[in-house]
Amino acid sequence: MSLRTALLFAASLLCARAGAGEIPPSERRSGYDLMSRETRAMQDDDATNPGMLWVLDGETLWNRKAGAADRACSDCHGDARESMKAVAARYPAFDAALGRPVNLEQRINMCRSKRQKAPPLAFESRELLALAAYVARQSRGLPINITIDARTRPFLEAGREAFFRRQGQLNLACAQCHDDHWSGKLAGSPITQAHPTGYPLYRLEWQGLGSLERRLRGCLTGVRAESYPYGAPELVNLELYLMWRANGMRMETPAVRP
Amino acid sequence: MSLLAGNAFAADSIPASLTGAKGDPARGRAIVANRQVGLCLLCHSGPFPEERFQGNLAPDLTSVGARYSEGQIRQRMVDSRKVNPQTIMPAYYESEGFVRVAPAYRGKTILSAEQIEDVVAYLATLR
Repeated sequence: MSLRTALLFAASLLCARAGAGEIPPSERRSGYDLMSRETRAMQDDDATNPGMLWVLDGETLWNRKAGAADRACSDCHGDARESMKAVAARYPAFDAALGRPVNLEQRINMCRSKRQKAPPLAFESRELLALAAYVARQSRGLPINITIDARTRPFLEAGREAFFRRQGQLNLACAQCHDDHWSGKLAGSPITQAHPTGYPLYRLEWQGLGSLERRLRGCLTGVRAESYPYGAPELVNLELYLMWRANGMRMETPAVRP
Repeated sequence: MSLLAGNAFAADSIPASLTGAKGDPARGRAIVANRQVGLCLLCHSGPFPEERFQGNLAPDLTSVGARYSEGQIRQRMVDSRKVNPQTIMPAYYESEGFVRVAPAYRGKTILSAEQIEDVVAYLATLR
């Protein structure tokens, strides 16, 4: 094996391990690194992080009985600080009954209807965001850990395909901004690499907490593309791809973003 | 292909006005500076001291009129892909061939022919 072949082989191994290989692992950066010192400080201190209000609400809901089963999340799962540790870091995850990946919000609603016999919470409702934030808070500081197998690979590939597809009247693909121009500024604001490390997160522009799907729908609207309804398989595929692409990066929920 | 465009650099330039008339530079400036209409300053910067937030993904527009003829500017507005297939610049006067366009914009161009002529007339003054 020549030196060049050996180097190429080593490089291909690195790429395979990193996943996508579109942005080398050493150059991956959370949006946290691209925001102002003030906004970073707001996220870092639980006393100033507005997302903690949702986390506290989520803790209350976790322990509150609901539905015809009159059962709380904690009645089955116990203390979330133990049972939910690192769970959000591996979502979206495959659901065998549905035969496709589901995101954290969908998993919470499935638990509500199956175990609590309660009606599902609306996407982006304060309750669902609070529960998702409370669960994801138990992964803060832990590495994103999406494992892909034969069942999930087609959904990952569909998400990747969507990331690289030009769409909308402005005819832009996600990758053209978030891979090729992430260090640039769109109307004065850093573009970022689109690593979903901190969802649900508090966005100053929203004046509230929102899900990754809300963010994705915002981008689709921005390029004047037809959006998808919350929970649509196409959005979950994209979430799966983005989380997989961020494998190994640390969870920040509840993050704060401009 | 028109006789006017009949040269080796045909795809680089659209010499004739889309409306047959000359655009209005003042209206063109307003379109360029408006984030909801022209969208230009999302990616470009330019001589707009009143606009605090400008992009840096595309060339500064300050001397675009010195770098390009009106025909070249028009081509880049109408469909910049003819000059560079990899460009991120939207095609401002194309309504077909896009994927999953939102209903409100389906079958429509980003700017009208009149608006493009206004912008071309304005950008040509930036020397």
